[in-house]
Amino acid sequence: MTALTNAQRARQRLAEQKAQVSEARIAALAPAPQAGWSAEARADALSRLRAEGLPHPRDEYWKYTRPESLTQAEAPAAAIFTTDEKGIFDAIDRVNVVFVDGVFSEELSSDLALEGVSIERLAETTSDIHWASGLYGKLEKAGQDPVARPLAALNTYAATDGLLIRVTAKATKPVALQYVHNSETSDAMLHHVVKLEEGADLTLLENGPAAARFNKVMEVDVADGASFHHIRAQGRDHERRAVTHIFARLGTESTFKSFTMTVNGVLTRNEVVVEFTGNDAVAHVAGAAVGDGDFHHDDTVFITHDAVNCESRQVFKKVLKNGARGVFQGKILVKPDAQKTDGYQISQSLLLDDDSQFLAKPELEIYADDVACSHGSTSGAIDDDAMFYLRSRGVPEHEAQDLLVIAFLASAMEEIEDETLRDIMLGRITEWLERRRG
Amino acid sequence: MTKMDTPEDIRGPEVKEGVDQETVDAVRNVSTYKYGWDTEIEMDYAPMGLNEDIVRLISAKNEEPEWMTDWRLQAYRRWLEKEEPSWAMVDYPEIDFQKQYYYARPKSMEVKPKSLDEVDPKLLETYQKLGIPLKEQMILAGVEAPEAPEGEEEAPRRVAVDAVFDSVSVGTTFQKELKEAGVIFCSISEAIREHPELVKKYLGSVVPVSDNFYATLNSAVFSDGSFVYVPPGVRCPMELSTYFRINAENTGQFERTLIIADKGSYVSYLEGCTAPQRDTAQLHAAVVEIIIEEDAEVKYSTVQNWFPGDENGKGGIYNFVTKRADCRGDRAKVMWTQVETGSAVTWKYPSCILRGDDAQGEFYSIAIANNFQQADTGTKMIHLGKNTKSRIVSKGISAGRAQNTYRGLVSVHPKAKNARNYTQCDSLLIGDKCGAHTVPYIEVKNNSSRVEHEATTSKVDDDQLFYCRSRGMDEEEAVALVVNGFCKDVLQALPMEFAMEAQQLVAISLEGSVG
Repeated sequence: MTALTNAQRARQRLAEQKAQVSEARIAALAPAPQAGWSAEARADALSRLRAEGLPHPRDEYWKYTRPESLTQAEAPAAAIFTTDEKGIFDAIDRVNVVFVDGVFSEELSSDLALEGVSIERLAETTSDIHWASGLYGKLEKAGQDPVARPLAALNTYAATDGLLIRVTAKATKPVALQYVHNSETSDAMLHHVVKLEEGADLTLLENGPAAARFNKVMEVDVADGASFHHIRAQGRDHERRAVTHIFARLGTESTFKSFTMTVNGVLTRNEVVVEFTGNDAVAHVAGAAVGDGDFHHDDTVFITHDAVNCESRQVFKKVLKNGARGVFQGKILVKPDAQKTDGYQISQSLLLDDDSQFLAKPELEIYADDVACSHGSTSGAIDDDAMFYLRSRGVPEHEAQDLLVIAFLASAMEEIEDETLRDIMLGRITEWLERRRG
Repeated sequence: MTKMDTPEDIRGPEVKEGVDQETVDAVRNVSTYKYGWDTEIEMDYAPMGLNEDIVRLISAKNEEPEWMTDWRLQAYRRWLEKEEPSWAMVDYPEIDFQKQYYYARPKSMEVKPKSLDEVDPKLLETYQKLGIPLKEQMILAGVEAPEAPEGEEEAPRRVAVDAVFDSVSVGTTFQKELKEAGVIFCSISEAIREHPELVKKYLGSVVPVSDNFYATLNSAVFSDGSFVYVPPGVRCPMELSTYFRINAENTGQFERTLIIADKGSYVSYLEGCTAPQRDTAQLHAAVVEIIIEEDAEVKYSTVQNWFPGDENGKGGIYNFVTKRADCRGDRAKVMWTQVETGSAVTWKYPSCILRGDDAQGEFYSIAIANNFQQADTGTKMIHLGKNTKSRIVSKGISAGRAQNTYRGLVSVHPKAKNARNYTQCDSLLIGDKCGAHTVPYIEVKNNSSRVEHEATTSKVDDDQLFYCRSRGMDEEEAVALVVNGFCKDVLQALPMEFAMEAQQLVAISLEGSVG
């Protein structure tokens, strides 16, 4: 039979559509910096991007999140959100690096010198040889299988700046990345590479809305015995759109902990891809999201166990209101020889009204027998009994609701190991809830 | 009947002891697949391959009216435009749909027998071997309930059977008694001839002609299957059962089951399947449609024991099944229970559309995959009506080099206020070469509903094994016992005689998986 069937024609049309969108996006990109050492990785990413095409609503992992506003050539305009709030990490002694609409600001940033940590900028390292060439685009590429992440390939190809952080010892203070949104049409693309040498330890903080549209990739290589802590606050800017990827590779007895708090934002997709390559390592990925109104938040997490006796933990909580949508797609993949794996995953959402939605796909794919893996997912409204109890004790309804929301988020917040940081995050979320109550 | 399903009744002390012994015997059984023989019966085949003429031929052989032939042809044309789905976690060589026989019937059936007495005795012998009480007089021990529990009627439980051999229904028992109750239970080909108004109204109304690749293929070429209609307010006086057997080589079996439970009625339906041992893979693509009106209830239980292929993964049945129940009326209720132990490849998602308010759907499943078997099975619970409830309990067991996947959807629509779902999927791994996977989709679109999903994956607990071993059991017995315990929640949901068979099957299916 030479005539094509409907299904074949549909597939061909889809491929054509994807190619069209991808080419339009590529054509509209800001010029990447003089490449140097990253040229090869960028060229490779471009060919992978062209082969795969940008995400389409028909793609399995874009079922619940519409990718159009992330893939279209021009960033949709986003009004700038002004607030009198102080920066969330202002009280912390830190090395502060500021990007305004994706452009490094020397004026706003602090001195980049920190003992045991070397911090360079991607846009400034254009020589032919650099340590980051072993990681840039490499972990991203490894994370494309079995599920393609074309927006990350796009980033590797076209990132205009980012930090290359190499940690050789226990850092004495955190490195903070602050993203300022200052232009209604900015379209920022940053790519960070973090390399933790054996036994090194770093806490990385991130906050701010970044740009009207923000595409960020962070590749993290955690060597044997090293620890990486990542705390992120995605602020209250209503109209921003963001797609972020973290690709982490964990060595023996290493630790990786990442926590993200998100409040509002018309579209956020946070992907975290973790691969255990050394035994006895630990990875925790957690998130708390509160959305009110035009809010779409998507957590997509892939954990691959390819080593013995590793522990992974995913804890994601979402509070949704006024038509807000929460998405969770999480997977624990245990490869054949990854015995003694302990995998845990929980995704829960609290729906505060009838217009909100929760869409979840918590997956397990397990090829080893001596493992303990579990996942849970729940969705529901505030417990009437709990509410009644608080009201009967004289707590006003709004306050009672906030208390129950905080209680619901607590187990995710507890994933923040550092008490000071946990209190800051908790304080901020309480403050935001109070403001909303007005 | 419902009372019989309670745990106390099934697992009463006397029964339990007997069952354990049987399980143990089953484990000792040398043959892995005891239904692997074939019956030498002269067959009448349609030519190999598939085209419009074959579709017309099948229709003509069944003496179907023109509207049915057109319906099939329309399905066939749609099928040509469709592609085999590839999203399931099953991997098998490409199926050449032109290298299959789409119709095979025992020669002796060419002239329709007037009664069971005229049926080829070899056929009846086949069913006898399978333990099917085809003849009304033959109520085998396993089928008749041993003793009705106290307070229940003393009458022994009887089961009406429709047996389908390759493509053709060979006989339906208890016709007279069912007729008195007003229940129609016959083969679907007979229903097309005798009750066209019912078939026209309901066929394809739950699983549309072009629902998916395999359902479309089935719509074009289904050769027989069962038809049940339970009139308003009638409680079907006995359990209805269909037994499917694929006998001929290289034939696909495509049966179609249509069950209609009218307002306020109740029926419990059992389905069992076996096939002989063959080197080449055989195709099976069935469609089951259930329509449940207001206040009606349907229980559908399956023990699927198609030939799973040998221990090297050779042969076996490719089982692609579309099963769906539509709870159209308020308070309609459906319960799917399945024990999937056979087939080389299983692709099956019995679903519930909970359309009426207060409708209920339940899904209990045991899927066992051993050697090179692959099972991708689960359910869909579509909550459309208010206060709808669903419950999913899935137990997956993988051994050898098998892959076992639970794939399910729980969808709560914005208008389905106060819906409730509870899902539990547990996987058990026996051996380090197999895989167990869970792929649930959860979509909640209002806040008055509560949806809970839980899943665990673990291996057979060493302490439990040690305990059994220290009591003198050998390793296989111990594993069988632990696995039976793991499956308990689902086994209890099965009608009694099926529960017994299922327990044995669990043990047999896992043979050779330890040590």
